[in-house]
Amino acid sequence: MKQIHLAAHFPGVNNTTVWSDPRAGSHIEFSSFVHFAQTAERAKFDFFFLAEGLRLREQNGLIYDLDVVGRPDTFTVLAGLAAVTSHLGLAGTINSTFNEPFEVARQFTSLDHLSEGRAAWNVVTSWDAFTGENFRRGGYLPESQRYERAKRFLDAATALFDSWREGGAFSYRDEFFDIAGKFDLPRSPQGRPVILQAGDSDEGREFAAAKADAIFSRHATLAEGQAFYRDVKGRLAKYGRTPDQLVVLPAATFVLGDSDSEAQELAHEVRRQQVSGQTAIKFLEQLWNRDLSSYDPDGPLPEIDPVVGENTIARGRASVRQYRDPLGKAREWRELAAAKKLSIRELVIETTARQTFIGSASTVATQINELVQADASDGFILVPHVTPGGFDAFADAVVPLLQEGGVFRSEYVGSSLRDHLGVGQG
Amino acid sequence: MGTGLHLAVALEGTGWHPVTPPDDARFTPGYWVDLVREAERGLLDFVTFEDDLGPVGRLDSVLVASRVAPLTSHIGLIPTAVSSFTEPFHLSKAIATLDYLSTGRAGVRVRGSWSNEHARHFGRRTFPETPDGVLPDAAVQDDLVDETADYVEVLRRLWDSWEDDAEIRDVATGRFIDRDKLHYIDFAGNWFSVKGPSITPRPPQGQPPVAVLSHASRIHGLARRSADLVFTTPHSVDDVRSIGAEVQGLHHFADVVVFLGADGKARVEAFEGLWSDALVFGGTAAELADFLLEWHEAGVSGFRLRPAALPDDLVAVTSELVPELQRRGVFRTAYEASTLRGHLGLPRPANRYAA
Repeated sequence: MKQIHLAAHFPGVNNTTVWSDPRAGSHIEFSSFVHFAQTAERAKFDFFFLAEGLRLREQNGLIYDLDVVGRPDTFTVLAGLAAVTSHLGLAGTINSTFNEPFEVARQFTSLDHLSEGRAAWNVVTSWDAFTGENFRRGGYLPESQRYERAKRFLDAATALFDSWREGGAFSYRDEFFDIAGKFDLPRSPQGRPVILQAGDSDEGREFAAAKADAIFSRHATLAEGQAFYRDVKGRLAKYGRTPDQLVVLPAATFVLGDSDSEAQELAHEVRRQQVSGQTAIKFLEQLWNRDLSSYDPDGPLPEIDPVVGENTIARGRASVRQYRDPLGKAREWRELAAAKKLSIRELVIETTARQTFIGSASTVATQINELVQADASDGFILVPHVTPGGFDAFADAVVPLLQEGGVFRSEYVGSSLRDHLGVGQG
Repeated sequence: MGTGLHLAVALEGTGWHPVTPPDDARFTPGYWVDLVREAERGLLDFVTFEDDLGPVGRLDSVLVASRVAPLTSHIGLIPTAVSSFTEPFHLSKAIATLDYLSTGRAGVRVRGSWSNEHARHFGRRTFPETPDGVLPDAAVQDDLVDETADYVEVLRRLWDSWEDDAEIRDVATGRFIDRDKLHYIDFAGNWFSVKGPSITPRPPQGQPPVAVLSHASRIHGLARRSADLVFTTPHSVDDVRSIGAEVQGLHHFADVVVFLGADGKARVEAFEGLWSDALVFGGTAAELADFLLEWHEAGVSGFRLRPAALPDDLVAVTSELVPELQRRGVFRTAYEASTLRGHLGLPRPANRYAA
């Protein structure tokens, strides 16, 4: 039986997070992070995860105000959480475009020392001038170079992580970086932080196969999960790596109920909270790439076509890049809406991700385990829809069932995140 | 504040004695937690964490302060950041977040660097080469002062870029924030431009205090433009007065390296010949109290003591000097506030963008 890996994603600044729930707490106060991380540690999760975005999202030229807005600084929160947890991995998203390797390597090495071996880095790339307006260097990177720079950034950082072998002396040079000197820290407990990667494109998968210890994906169903799993694990051999050296963790959401039918009802209600009429119109605008504010969310889809070309309506939102063929996608949605007689809001509820796992604790535990044993994944990175207590029921009800089934740890065995993931030394 | 002088400690490696043996304990979290808790037992206003971009081995000071924050409750935490190579957007949200972690106890010391050793670590810019110990010419220094002032201006604008009540969670209208209470900072300078707003809401203190260490008039000027606190290195009462005249309006902390105890003088003699920017004091807690009060009367609002050896000279500060000052009625006997601004008697400032 494979052992399951689980990660706890702090709810983010998107409509998955239901801030209108009366139980919803602060997304900024440290007490929310403490509650969330300590729940994940009580449940023996592999790691806590923080996403990041370096500019507030805008739509129609205005700061987007319908979702949670605002986040704390990643490194600062993780270092603080190291003080109130003892085993939980601490993973942060740090952009390779708007940072420099020396500083990031120093921060991750410091975090690994301060957490005694629990640091992980989700390496993301960005090139857009919109985000660049907050930084010294502006938006200077062609999209085609973003993975190249990310790879080189990670190579440069790795030269720094490994420089203790040479007493801290380092030198690294390529077309993006030309750095040398002395890295001022001893080897950290993990040597290198755990490297995480989330790209789904061919380039992103290749980057993960070459460099990452774990990869996130959107493919949490059996068939899609198995295809992704085979694909990325199959890429490892050419880098001299074995399949167990890359942990596959699809992103997943869940709704628990006392019974499966209760959970289904709750899930439907959560979907309606996640997609208000206003949110549905904004969502449609992201595909149509034009102002649709005059449309009724309870009415039919627009007859007009999307504006093709660079997406200018929604900025600071990576998801708009998935619409490679907006005309085709709009046609598909109109046909679906016509066939099922769906309003705009109902269509958005139908087409945007429903919850991955819905059911009683027993049903959800079974679903998770079956997907892992069938090699659709090695586990999941779970995001609840309520901050900060959204994991409480999962920790109390689902995790004990996985533990009883012998597929999830009852106690932490090692002390480092590399130990938890079984990915070996950095 | 009413209780007299302000007292802080500068934490640096294993202490400020340049020949203190290196010890890998300073790369473990427990080392820093113990030191800061000791300082908090002494009711100190704040601790500072020295930092630089090499070559001396140090953990990132913002992360050290963050690691300590949840395990302390009153003491101010002031890490150090080098402005010349880093992003003000990142530092602003990091210090704001430290302020959330510590519920209002964050500050930051900002320093510029024209070190080409640092510059090579980043590979983005260079400075004119000068012989060891020689400053670059005045124009280079002036530029660095202006750049550092711009950097602090960006930190401050970003902290204010969310009004305090911007998060409204208005279920009726579906709006999480009132976006009219978020502000682009639109900073454009010679060295960088930053659009804003911050991704992090306004921190609990509104504006965490900014500190500058200054040895010369040019940097006193930077402190006047940009800082709330200035750390200086007078060597006499006359220095205290003349520097004080240049930093009027700021909280003025004099730095003093301290060797405390009956053997303090002897330990200083062993130190002689070694360079220190700050005055080096050796003696008993009572002698140090006499000395501090003399300078306090000459105009400094407080002292940033640099313990020669850690933890010994820190423990001497908290267990001998502080009780001595308390007996003389010039130091608090309990914390009277729970924020750094509160300890310093600084009110929470209004937001520059609020209508």
